[in-house]
Amino acid sequence: MNKLTVSSSPHILSGDSTRSIMGSVLLALSPTLLAAAILYGLRAVLLCGVCVGASVLTEHIWCLAAKKPSSVWDLSAAVTGVILSFNLPASLPLWQAVVGSVFAIAVVKQLFGGLGCNFLNPALAARVMMNISFTGSMTAYSFPADAASTATPMAELGELGAKDFLPLLVGYHGGVMGETCALTLLLGGAYLVFKGVIKPHIPLAFIGSTLLFSWLFGSPNALLSIFAGGLMLGAIFMATDYVTSPYSDLGKIVYGLGAGLLTSLIRIYSNSSEGVSFALLIMNLVVPYINDFTRRRPFGEVSAR
Amino acid sequence: MLNKLRIIGNGLVNENPVLRLVLGTCPTLAISVTVSGAVGMGLAATFVLICSGMVISSLRNVIPDKVRIPCFITVIAGFVTVVMMVVEAFLPALYDSLGIYLPLIVVNCIILGRAEMFASKNPVLDSALDGLGMGLGFTAVLFLMASFREIVGAGTWFGIRLIPEGYQIGIMTMTPGGFFTFGMAMAALTAVMARRGRKLRLQAECGSCGGCAGCPGCGGAEDKEEEK
Repeated sequence: MNKLTVSSSPHILSGDSTRSIMGSVLLALSPTLLAAAILYGLRAVLLCGVCVGASVLTEHIWCLAAKKPSSVWDLSAAVTGVILSFNLPASLPLWQAVVGSVFAIAVVKQLFGGLGCNFLNPALAARVMMNISFTGSMTAYSFPADAASTATPMAELGELGAKDFLPLLVGYHGGVMGETCALTLLLGGAYLVFKGVIKPHIPLAFIGSTLLFSWLFGSPNALLSIFAGGLMLGAIFMATDYVTSPYSDLGKIVYGLGAGLLTSLIRIYSNSSEGVSFALLIMNLVVPYINDFTRRRPFGEVSAR
Repeated sequence: MLNKLRIIGNGLVNENPVLRLVLGTCPTLAISVTVSGAVGMGLAATFVLICSGMVISSLRNVIPDKVRIPCFITVIAGFVTVVMMVVEAFLPALYDSLGIYLPLIVVNCIILGRAEMFASKNPVLDSALDGLGMGLGFTAVLFLMASFREIVGAGTWFGIRLIPEGYQIGIMTMTPGGFFTFGMAMAALTAVMARRGRKLRLQAECGSCGGCAGCPGCGGAEDKEEEK
C-alpha cells in the first residue's frame, strides 16, 4: 500500500551530517599527521593531541556553561584542533598551543554563536593571533632529523632549482609541522574532492592564481613557490571551510583568486616571506560581499524599476 | 542627599561613559596598556571634568546658545593646560608616557559630552558631582582594562612582575588586544545590567520618566553620534 508523505521542503535528503563531513576531513588530514610524525618526530603528534584535547575540552566546557547540548561529537572542534596544530612548529611550547586552541574555540567560534556563525576560520585566526603574540617560538621552525637546518624554502626561494622539487613535495625541509609535506596534503585534498566533501574550485583557483600572480610579479621561482610555505595546507584545508567561504561556484572562484592575489602580493612585496594566513583572513572578511555579488538570480526575475 | 549620591553612581555604572555611553574610546584603547598610565589619565580627566563642569554650570545662563560649543571647549582647554603643566612639572615620567593623549583631553568626548548634556542644564554642585562620577567611571574602566592588558600581555602590574618572563600573550598590549578587552568589558557590563533588568534607556523611551534632574542622557543621542 502506498503511503503519501506530506512534508515541507527539502524533500531530497543526503546522508551527510556535520559529523560525517568532519570525520572525512579528519581522515583526509591523517596522512599529513603521519608525515609530520615521520619528519619531526613524536613531538608533532603530542602537539596535535594537545591542540585537539584543548579545543574539544573548551568546546565542551563552553556548551556546559551556556547550557547548550554539547557539540563536541560533531567533531568540528577536533578538526579545528588538528588544523591549528598543523600551523604550529613542532617545537612550540605546549602552553602556547593550549592558549591558541582556547582562543580559536572560545573567542573566534563560540562567542559568535558556535559552528556556522563564526565569520573567521577559528584555526586561522588563532594562528595569526599566535604569530603576533609568540613571534619567537612560532617562527622557530623545526627541521627533519638530518636535513640542513638553514632557512625555510620560502626564505631562499631564489636559490632553489629543479633538484629541490622532490624534497619540497615530501616535505623534507623546515616549516610548521603540517604544511611541509605537499604530497599528503594533495592526497587528502583529492580524497575530499572524491568524497564530495569539498568542491575543487577554491583550491584550484587559489593555487592557480598564486602561481600566475607570483610569475607576473616576478617571483624568482613561481612554480616551486606553490609547493613551499603554507599554500597547500591553506588552499586545501583552510580556504575550503564551509562557514567562511562563499556558497556559489562563481563566488568560490572569486574567493580563490582574491586569496591567490593577496598571497603573492604579500609574499613578494611585503617584508614577511609568507602571506597565506593573512590573505585568507582578509578574504574571510569579504565573503559576505562575495556572496551578495554572486547570488544566483531567480529564474524569470524582473528588475525593479 | 540620596539624589546627590545617585548622580555619582550614575557615572560609575548605569551611564558609565566608556562602556555604556561609548564616549572617550580613543584614549581608552590607547592608554589602557599600562596601569600607571591608565590611572594617571583617568585622574587627569576627572580633574578636568569636575572643574570644567563647575565653571560651565555657573556660566550656563551667560553663555549664548549659538556659540556654546566654542565656549565649552575654551573652558575645557584652560583646565587641560593646567593639568598638563602640573603633570609636566611634578610627574615627568607620567607626562612622557601619556604623550599626545594628555593635551588631547581637550577633545575627549566625555568632557564635552557632559558639558553639553549635564553641566549646561544643572546647578554647580550637581555638575561637580556628575563630573566626579563620570571621571571615576572612566578611571575605573581604564584601571580594569589596563590591569588585564598589562598582566596578560606584559606579565606586570604597576610595573611589578607577576608572571615570569616568556609567559606573555603579546597581542594583548597591542591594538587588537585593546579592542578585544574593550569589547569583553562592554559585553560583561551589559550582561550584568541585563540580568538586573536595567537595559540601557533607548531614545524611543525617552521622556516617559518625566525628565527629572537625574535624567541627563535623554536627547543626547545625536550629539553622541557626532562627537565620536
